[in-house]
Amino acid sequence: MNKTITIDGLSVPFQEGQTIMDAALAAGVYIPRLCHNPEFKPHGSCKLCTVKVNGRNVASCTMPAVEGQQVLNDTDELNADRLALTQMLFVEGNHLCPACEKSGNCQLQAVAYYLGMMSPHYNHFYPQREVDASHPDVILDRNRCIYCELCVRASRDADGKNVFGLSGRGIQSSLVVNSASGRLGDTSLAATDKAVQVCPTGAILQKGKGFTVPIGRRVFDHHTIKEIQTGGGHD
Amino acid sequence: MTFELETAANPEKLRRVVIEPVSRVEGHGKVTLLLDDDNRVHQARFHIVEFRGFEKFIQGRPYTEVPVLVQRLCGICPVSHHLGATKAMDMIVGAKLTPTAEKLRRLMHFGQILQSHALHFYYLASPDLLFGFDSDVAKRNIVGVAAAYPDIARQGVALRKYGQEIIRLTAGKRVHGTGAIPGGVNKNLSREERVFLRKDIGQIVAWSQAAVELIKRIYTGNPDFHNGFGYFKSSFMSLVRDDGALDLYHGGLRARDEHGQDIFDHVDYGHYWDYVHEEVRPWSYMKFPFIRSRGREEGWYRVGPLARVVNCDFIPTPLAEAERKTFKEFGGSSATQATLAYHWARMIEMLHAAEGIQELLLDNDLSGDDLVNAGTPALRGVGVIEAPRGTLIHHYRVNEDGLIVRANLIVSTTHNNQAMNEAVRQVALQYLDGQEVTEGLLNHIEVAIRAFDPCLSCATHAVGKMPLEVELVDAGGAVVSRLIKSPDGRCGI
Repeated sequence: MNKTITIDGLSVPFQEGQTIMDAALAAGVYIPRLCHNPEFKPHGSCKLCTVKVNGRNVASCTMPAVEGQQVLNDTDELNADRLALTQMLFVEGNHLCPACEKSGNCQLQAVAYYLGMMSPHYNHFYPQREVDASHPDVILDRNRCIYCELCVRASRDADGKNVFGLSGRGIQSSLVVNSASGRLGDTSLAATDKAVQVCPTGAILQKGKGFTVPIGRRVFDHHTIKEIQTGGGHD
Repeated sequence: MTFELETAANPEKLRRVVIEPVSRVEGHGKVTLLLDDDNRVHQARFHIVEFRGFEKFIQGRPYTEVPVLVQRLCGICPVSHHLGATKAMDMIVGAKLTPTAEKLRRLMHFGQILQSHALHFYYLASPDLLFGFDSDVAKRNIVGVAAAYPDIARQGVALRKYGQEIIRLTAGKRVHGTGAIPGGVNKNLSREERVFLRKDIGQIVAWSQAAVELIKRIYTGNPDFHNGFGYFKSSFMSLVRDDGALDLYHGGLRARDEHGQDIFDHVDYGHYWDYVHEEVRPWSYMKFPFIRSRGREEGWYRVGPLARVVNCDFIPTPLAEAERKTFKEFGGSSATQATLAYHWARMIEMLHAAEGIQELLLDNDLSGDDLVNAGTPALRGVGVIEAPRGTLIHHYRVNEDGLIVRANLIVSTTHNNQAMNEAVRQVALQYLDGQEVTEGLLNHIEVAIRAFDPCLSCATHAVGKMPLEVELVDAGGAVVSRLIKSPDGRCGI
């Protein structure tokens, strides 16, 4: 007999060892997320997937599912917190969607639309961040990095290269690359690496390929991120 | 004559009249007049009061991003900046366009010309032309036109809408799309989309003809007034095709003086700086370009519909060509230097754009799949296009990593800077000098500016180049100290 939890009153089965996020994904229940990608070990840093379990806020991507958990997910309170977190991500970096190649394919933008973000709300930090275009095939635009570390995990766990890492703490954090010069072009990164494909924003892009996908054919032009990440999903 | 009324000898003794904002133009500008006790005009200046700075803040961005980024200069003519920048990036990637890519871009550009010219003529200029320059200000607007001339207003809205549909289907969105990319385009036009657009194009051509008839009827109804309003002579500059035809998308630069004599012709715009220089003046954020061989004083010129229609040898679509001939022959070519003739020329171009769209929509190349090319990369790219308001120059340098290190944009309105000031001064002398200033008279000045359809938002980008003069004046009016910053950024006392 399957073990189950409930998410917003819906009975959701899970296997031993799965997280709440794993169970939700398997059941087609959408929990907003940015740093979580089912292909990689959970990270629990963006906190967008925070749900309420028996009255406590927890990151659903790292919290193991336990028989009988009553999980609240799609509530006004949690979605308001998620909106605020998303707005903070926007103002901490330099996310200029109108001129970004990833617009329409960007998970940060799609989550913002899903949560009904109409403005950044908070004052922009306008940080000074570097663009590293030294690699022949890949461009690293730190202005758009949200420190999800998906590229770090992908390079380490899938590509076996350890090209990316985070340096510094808090607001001083920055995405660094593993070369003596500090330049992407001097690393072993290849354009075909998983680390290049996995960025949820426009921080890591194929070089020289701007705007080749026309408006109307981008991932989120016709589907919400909920539809894409659940394959149809529950309302 | 040139530069007369630019700077009064004793400004402190004069009364200042300001028109701010100049209305029914794109962007924010103002006019300042200095008058003496008898209302004689001693100084008249057209200022751009906003600052955009695109030349500076695109530095460090990847070249692939620029065509989409710089079109945010403007909400009216974004396609022109989009295509001007993409043409420059074609040079950066060393691409020769496929027929499909070039024709799709031309179609997009015709859509842009159509919608922008319709916007200007019907929404911004027609209230002056239909009601009179000093008519009731409460009705002198597009709402007043819709009430008094509903058919004309409806046609204006429909023409603009059709142009926007062309842009939507070629660029993905009506405003700020992504259709052109370095080396080509990112989508073609499906056969279904062509059928959809062909459905209404006959009506669009007919309405464009009606627009030419309308401005022709207005203009020729009072030829002396329209020819003489804000009149002055100048050189013209525009792109022309190899055979001298009007070409809004591509060609060589042609400049002709006020007598119609060539200053230069079929110039490769990749070296425009050998022919056109820019001057900065302390009282405006907008630079003053001039033709190098004629110098700062005599080298200023006009661009835009009037320049193009007068400069070209012919227009390669039949209805517009017939109208060009009528225009040039009118009154012994008396309209070919007239400020208000811009409107007439603009409508001839709108007709040409409608005909061009009609012709292109029959071309199967629009539905081809060969969209992008590349070749030998370069570190410098120059793209020039004839935007609705005139010649538009985009010039970029990139580093070895493909990041922008320098940009220079000379937009249509900047080319017309001196000419607009000249028109303002002529109208000030003709209509305001010695008169009691009224709203209607001040609107005459705005009418002269509107003839150029200036886009002030597009025109101001230079950072740190504008010379400044700051004076510290004591209570008695005596200058205590003065700080001067020269165009090269150096300061002195």
